[in-house]
Formats: sequence, C-alpha cells, structure tokens
Amino acid sequence: MSNTNRRDFLGMSFAAVAAVGGAASLVGMKQAWDPLPSVLAAGFTTIDLAKAELKPGEPKTFKWRGKPIFVLEMTKQQIADADAEGLPKEYHLNLNDKTYTLVIGICTHLGCIPAWKGIKWKCACHGGEFNPSGKQIFGPPPKPFVVPPFKVDGMVLTLGETGPESKAMIAARA
Amino acid sequence: MALINESFFSAEGLEKRLAGKKFWKVMMTEYWIPKDINFLWAMGVVLATTFSILIVSGIFLLMYYKPDTALAFDSVNYTIMQEVSYGWLFRHMHGVAASVVFLIIYIHMFTGIYYGSYKKGREMIWISGMLLFVTFSAEGFSGYMLPWGQMSYWAAAVITNLFAGGSLEAWGLVEWIRGGFTVGDATLTRFFMLHVFLIPLVIIGVIVLHFYTLRIPHVNNQTSEDIDYDAEAEKYLAGNKKESKVIPFWPVFLSKDFAVLGIFFIFYFYLVFFNYDFAMDPVNFDPANSMKTPTHIYPEWYFLWSYETLRGPFFDMLGMKAGDIGLMIFALAQVIFVVFPFLDRDPDVLPAHKRPRFFIWFWIMILDLLVLSVYGKLPPLGANSLVGFVATGLFLLLWVSLPFITKADAKARGAL
Repeated sequence: MSNTNRRDFLGMSFAAVAAVGGAASLVGMKQAWDPLPSVLAAGFTTIDLAKAELKPGEPKTFKWRGKPIFVLEMTKQQIADADAEGLPKEYHLNLNDKTYTLVIGICTHLGCIPAWKGIKWKCACHGGEFNPSGKQIFGPPPKPFVVPPFKVDGMVLTLGETGPESKAMIAARA
Repeated sequence: MALINESFFSAEGLEKRLAGKKFWKVMMTEYWIPKDINFLWAMGVVLATTFSILIVSGIFLLMYYKPDTALAFDSVNYTIMQEVSYGWLFRHMHGVAASVVFLIIYIHMFTGIYYGSYKKGREMIWISGMLLFVTFSAEGFSGYMLPWGQMSYWAAAVITNLFAGGSLEAWGLVEWIRGGFTVGDATLTRFFMLHVFLIPLVIIGVIVLHFYTLRIPHVNNQTSEDIDYDAEAEKYLAGNKKESKVIPFWPVFLSKDFAVLGIFFIFYFYLVFFNYDFAMDPVNFDPANSMKTPTHIYPEWYFLWSYETLRGPFFDMLGMKAGDIGLMIFALAQVIFVVFPFLDRDPDVLPAHKRPRFFIWFWIMILDLLVLSVYGKLPPLGANSLVGFVATGLFLLLWVSLPFITKADAKARGAL
C-alpha cells in the first residue's frame, strides 16, 4: 500500500513538473512569435496638416505602421451630406474650421486597401464601399474605417500616441 | 530475444535482424487489393508521386531562395529563373505540381465519396485524408507567399486577416501571426519555415497515418462488395489467380498504377513545358507593395470555391453582419467534409449509382462547387454577387439535406 502511494506521488510529481515545463515552453514559443521591440518602436508617424497641401474632396494617403492612412479634407457638400445622415460632429476631426476624415485605409472586411473613386472608397477585393466620412455603405465591410490613435499639437498629428480627439472619434464610431 | 549468430555483414544476418522479407510481404506482396477497380484507384499513388516531385523540386529551389523581403522577389525571378541551371524547370515543376496535386486530391476525394469508401470501418481513412487536405492547403498557402509578388502579399494579408474573426475583432491574434502590424519580413520568414519544414513534416506523418488506416480495412471496390480477404488471398497464393478476387499490391496493382502514372506524367509535363503560365499569375510578377492592393485579387483555382462562400453573403441578415456570416460559412466549408461519414445515414456501403437520391446529390454538389469556383474568380459585381449568394446557399442546403437523402435511399431499398 505504502509502495503504491509512493509510486502515485512519483507519477504525479512527474506529471506536475512536465505540465509546468510544457506550459512555460508554450509561453516562450508564443512570445517568440510576438512582434519584435524594434517593430513596435517604429510605430510612430507625424502628419503636419498645415504642410500636407490637401485639396478639399481629394484624399491623400500617408503611411503608419505599414498601413495606409487616408486623410480627406471634406468639402462643404460632403459635410452637409454627413450632417444629413445624422453623423455626430466627433465622427470627423475638426481643426481650424476645417473638417477632416482621418482613418486607417484598410477595408474592415478582410484588409485590402480600397481606392478613392471620386465620391467614395471602393474595395477591389469583395466590393465593399465607404463614403467620404469613412462609413461603410455597401458590401461586406462590417463597420466604418477604423480611426488610428493620434495626438494633436497645433496642426501636427502624431499617430501612435493617443489624445482626446482620437478618443472621441473612435468613440463616435463604436 | 533470440540471439543472432549470423554475421552482421551478410545478407542472411541482416535479414535475421530486420525481417525485411516479412515487412515486404505485409506491405507489398501480401497486401491485397481487389481486382474490381478502375483507374480512379490509382490516384493515391499519383498523389504520392506528385508529392515526391514537390519535395525534390523544392529542395533545389531552397538552395537559392532567400526568405527576406528585400531579396525574395529577385532570388526567385532573377536568380532561380535566369541564373541557376534548370532553375526555371524546378520552379515550373514545383508550381505546376502544387496546382495539379489539388486536382488529383479532389478526384481522389470525390472517388471516395462516390463509392462510399468512407464508412463502415473506413472512417479513419477518410478523416486522415481530410487532414491531408487541410495540411496541403496550409502548405499551398504558405508557399504562395514566398515569391513575394503582389498576389503573394495580398493573399497573405487577406488570409491572415481572417484570424481577426470579423466583428470579434481579435486584432492581437493577427499581429501575433504576422509578427508585426502588417505582413512583413517576420511574416515571410516564419511562413518560409512553415512551408519548408514544419508543415511538410506534418504532411509526411499524416501520409504514413493515411496508409496505415488503409492497410487493415483494405481499399474499397467498384461494387463496394465486402470481400473476405483471407479466403481470397489463400486462393491467390494457391495459384488460383483467376478465381481470386484480389491481387497483391506489388507487383500486380502497382504495375497498373504505373500505367496510369505514365498518362498522368504526359499531362503533367505538358503543363510544365508548354502551359506553366496557368500556375503563374501575371500580377505576382509585380513586387509586393503594402500600399497598393491589386485591382482584383483571387486565390489559386483550388481555393476558389471556399473563397466564394466567404464573400457569398453580401448583405446583412438574421441580425448578423454580412462579413461575419461569410466568415462562418467559410469556416464551416473548411471542416464540413471531415464529418461526411457521420452525415451519411445509409447503413449500406454502395456506389452512388446504386443510391438514386444520393447520386443526384453527388452531381449537384460537384456542379455547385464548379459554379462557386467560376464565380470566385469573377469580380463581385452585380449579378455575379447574386449567383455567388445562391450557390453558397445551395452549398449549405446540400449539407443539411445529406442525412435525410441518404436515409431516404436506405428506406427505399428496405435497409432501414
């Protein structure tokens, strides 16, 4: 009897050590696949809206963390359309009497980059469409373009940091 | 253990130690195959051969390929294609074999479905086979990324993005798989590792499992007759080869397989030398560009049907987003074939032409998969979206109806 208990104890000790070791190995292997510190550190981009030479109604594309950022200075008509649709003011970035759409230019369906077609963004992959406010209007995209985290300093935006403007814009789309 | 006195350095001594003759008997000369089969029974050997071609051609590509975003494109399109002697041949053999292997897998799969070779003792063969389909798909996808052209890049972007789980927004998982915010150098190198080491290792293991699951229940035959292999093998070994319903795997069955292989090779090398373009998308000859999606992206032909189920539902319904519904159907399409043996409620093993309702089901399924494949390649506009939606609906309906149809067949036959 005492012999059996000793073997049980040995067996359970072995299982416990193996389980802890196995779990620890899995954590290590998982972390080996995480994005590297250098990749994470390179995740900041600044956009100076005063020098970006934006024309109303024509979006420009910037690059942040390898992703396209669409910046569109909205025309009066586009602002009126967005108001008529009932979108809150925080849906857009309002700076110096100007209204901007500022979004990550990646289709919220499966990650393709939609192209600007004069009045809307259209995705070639599965036909999704987004209006000038970045809201999905046709096809499979489940939600509007995502707003990146950014901090405002005058007319300079720092993407990757976070500020009240980007928080409000992200909240307006939730 | 009986101690062995024969010298290690003699044929006799080696035979004593390894029992190679017995092994050869079990695996080859006394592994019995029914006589009542046709060329479709040769697809297993065709697949094994194609896989060998992929390994050998892959080894030669591996010696010059560079898994680095700055070097990958040129290492394929300049070094391998233009500098390495016969590099172009190895690349085209590899690319064409990767495509053709799926054609044969589909034929092999639907042969099994047609003749009922997945039930009543053969379930493990089917399940291990479907496991091979999944691992081959992963192998095909990871390999497609390596040339680092536009199609490589965007296929990688779209497929890794599937792991965001639609509205679940499991964003962290996607970045973990990619090793970065977007598909990049870390992604390329880790998928290179998967393609040339981990997945092939798993595939080889599952192939061994697949052969093993087949060895005991034996292969099915054209009439799905239940053969007494011991009795038939005895007849064959006693010299009554004519009366016996079986033949040995080697040399008789394989010699027939080699004839089919010969025809297959004519087809395969015709593609390699004269029509390799079909496995080489022109879009993939533009280097990868993370800031520009090609105007129309689509997967290789063998993924088209499941890709179309992904984008089939293009409008919200049942309180769910269109994209989420597509994602669910897509996930279902990847695994539903695995449970085929358990959805078939007919207790008899019979070929489809002896099961009238199932026979119709079978051909509608093939037709639907063809329609999904054709429309998976077309841009999702106007009527195309509608056809894709209807074909996706039919695909689901076929699976839901399978248990009822097979049961009705059994009842009409009086088996239930």
